[in-house]
Amino acid sequence: MDFKQNFFQIFQIQPGFNLDLTQLSSDYRALQKNVHPDKFAAASAQEKRLAVQWTAQINEAYDTLKSPLLRAIYLLKLEGVEIQHNPALEAAFLFQQIELREQLEAIESSDEQALEQLDQFSQQIKDLLAGYEHDFALVAVAPMDIKVAEQIVYKIQFVSKLLVGANQLEEKLLGY
Amino acid sequence: MALLQITEPGQAIDPHLRKRAAGIDLGTTNSLIATYREGSVDTVADADGGHLLPSVVRYLADNTTVVGKLALAAAKQDPANTLLSVKRLLGRGIEDVNKLGDQLPYHFNAQATGMPLIDVVSGTVSPVEASAEILKTLVQRAEATLAGSLDGVVITVPAYFDEAQRQATKDAATIANINVLRLLSEPTAAAVAYGLDSGAEGVVAIYDLGGGTFDISLLKLNKGVFEVLSTGGDSALGGDDFDHCIAEWIIRQAEFKAQPSLSQSRGLMLAARSIKEQLTTQQQVIVAVDLDGLNYTGELSRDQFDEMIKPLVTGSIKACRRAVRDAGVSLEDIHSVIMVGGSTRVPVVVSAVADYFKAQPLTSIDPDRVVAIGAAIQANILVGNKPDDEMLLLDVLPLSLGLETVGGLAEKIIHRNTTIPIAKAQEFTTYKDGQTAMLIHVLQGERELVTDCRSLARFELKGIPPMVAGAAKIGVLFQVDADGLLTVSATELSQGIEAKVEVKPSYGLADDEVARMLKASFEFAQEDVDNRTLMEARVEAQSVVDAVQNALTVDGEKLLSEAEIKTLELAMHNLEQALVQNDGQNGVQNDGQNDVRVLEDLTRALAAASDDFASRRMDASVRSALSGHTIDEFEKD
Repeated sequence: MDFKQNFFQIFQIQPGFNLDLTQLSSDYRALQKNVHPDKFAAASAQEKRLAVQWTAQINEAYDTLKSPLLRAIYLLKLEGVEIQHNPALEAAFLFQQIELREQLEAIESSDEQALEQLDQFSQQIKDLLAGYEHDFALVAVAPMDIKVAEQIVYKIQFVSKLLVGANQLEEKLLGY
Repeated sequence: MALLQITEPGQAIDPHLRKRAAGIDLGTTNSLIATYREGSVDTVADADGGHLLPSVVRYLADNTTVVGKLALAAAKQDPANTLLSVKRLLGRGIEDVNKLGDQLPYHFNAQATGMPLIDVVSGTVSPVEASAEILKTLVQRAEATLAGSLDGVVITVPAYFDEAQRQATKDAATIANINVLRLLSEPTAAAVAYGLDSGAEGVVAIYDLGGGTFDISLLKLNKGVFEVLSTGGDSALGGDDFDHCIAEWIIRQAEFKAQPSLSQSRGLMLAARSIKEQLTTQQQVIVAVDLDGLNYTGELSRDQFDEMIKPLVTGSIKACRRAVRDAGVSLEDIHSVIMVGGSTRVPVVVSAVADYFKAQPLTSIDPDRVVAIGAAIQANILVGNKPDDEMLLLDVLPLSLGLETVGGLAEKIIHRNTTIPIAKAQEFTTYKDGQTAMLIHVLQGERELVTDCRSLARFELKGIPPMVAGAAKIGVLFQVDADGLLTVSATELSQGIEAKVEVKPSYGLADDEVARMLKASFEFAQEDVDNRTLMEARVEAQSVVDAVQNALTVDGEKLLSEAEIKTLELAMHNLEQALVQNDGQNGVQNDGQNDVRVLEDLTRALAAASDDFASRRMDASVRSALSGHTIDEFEKD
């Protein structure tokens, strides 16, 4: 396999944000059945080594493409953009994030129906996330407006972290 | 892929070419080996008909060992030389041993750093060597039954085993001189034993309650592919705790206020265990204990017992709930629940599991044997006895791999639950002018501080070309194979110089130590060692020749130019000549070491020459896998 192939080429699909995830997962399995080291358990050391390398590449491609956030970051990378660790974001977005964080903290300290409140909150976050993903899909077509695309990715990153926070709180409330 | 083994679909393997494979469940309390005989798979019994081999090794003064029942029987009279539950020590450090506390009556070697070493009457042994003794005993059992040596073995490990623990398991197999086809996670093996790989789709839960540990795993099955979605459990919950509940109840009933003596405790535990087992089939049992002043006669009902162990069972269900959540599935997605481990025979456990998962758990295969049986089924496929079998078992990394960075922080490079094999490249630079070496500390765990993670190994990169600080760019590749084992390689990117990587495993054995132990364990004469290396070199050479020949026949003209075919044929011819000259018939000649070197060099040369061809075949095969086309439709570049 050509290790210089990008992740989309490995799956023989056009680079883009909208993917058929069911197709991707069945293609992934079809590839694994051809390359997995278990298929070479009785083969020579050379073949075993190659099988490990190939499978590792396919696994990384699949892990990246199946996650909307990682897929978006990867599309930017193909355009030559590396994600920054401390990006500058619109003030309005940051205020909204602070408000949402405060809401989450309020749910944690509220005595009544914390779980119900949290369910509603999580749904709100998921809707927000879906909206940004939709925005990204619209931007991520050639010629890509890289500045806009990058901003949306940062927003997806922020909101995804919020969702992780909500999930952690749910675990805490459920007593795990 | 590239160099595919070609077998016609449905073509039966010539019985004489059938290879001998086995599956081993290397357990904390008991171990088992399973294999195929006359077309059906089962665990192998010892001469007395017992399938379970107690995982106990006793070292004697005359340098011999006793493994199994006899060793267990001697545990009380000879505790310092009789090693129990060494699985708990595999891949562990001395500080972990201290945490296990007084459970272990051994003399730990004071000089040992990293891996715990135990002083016994015949010398000093590591947990890896003790495990190797258990493996050897199991293999002998299977080889006696099959009347021949094993070609390959699958060994099961808990799904949550970290890299050091997996490596220690594999090292034990190397020392026992066993060819390991794969380390397989225990829950996956159980699912394979129930044949859930064929046809079934959806999520399977594996509830494994052993003597001292509890594991819950969720696997996703889809068209023969298994993925581990999540694992959880409690390393300190097991059937022994049920025995403790009964024992404490007896003490209360007997109104015994003093601290029970060692022999009283032992007697109590034996009685408790027997009561527990009787309650599996009976609603009510008679309790009669007379232990030197600790007396009680009465009755215990199953309802009472159920009530006693309720907190423990509830705790296990809580872990199930968490695993379901981690897997991101709902209960309706889970179509089967498999019971593993002797303690799942307790009726209230079965009903609690059935209630939570809303499905009747599968219990038709002996819960003690199910893991070994699954391992044997996979071993039979991997060794090549079922070339058209579609089964593929995908595993995930159970714990994140990370590196130590400034300030004692751990930076994750490969996250937990990533499907393996996986490779990640990371770039480093020098911080001093002329720096030629660099230390990389690899960790495993989810926490942020280095001190909260497990140290796996320290890799020292040497031979970095001297440059000004920050100019050298060192690309380090971390590769985890299908067994979950890590290898590290490094290259200086600006000049393309391969850096030398020296590995210092934190709790494991270095490669040369494993080689020394293998030698010691078989007390090989030098000649035997040479013979063995020569045979291994010949086998590897022949398999490369066969693979290249096969590949040339199938795809040579399609994918290679004439010149490329010539080059390959020459390299192949050279190696075949060397194979004829060193036919191994007369053992090793005076220059045995040289014979081996010649074979190895030529094998490497042929492998290198065919690398590109192998890649092209792989590429073509991958493309055909996705499009459903045949390989013939892809022309050479």
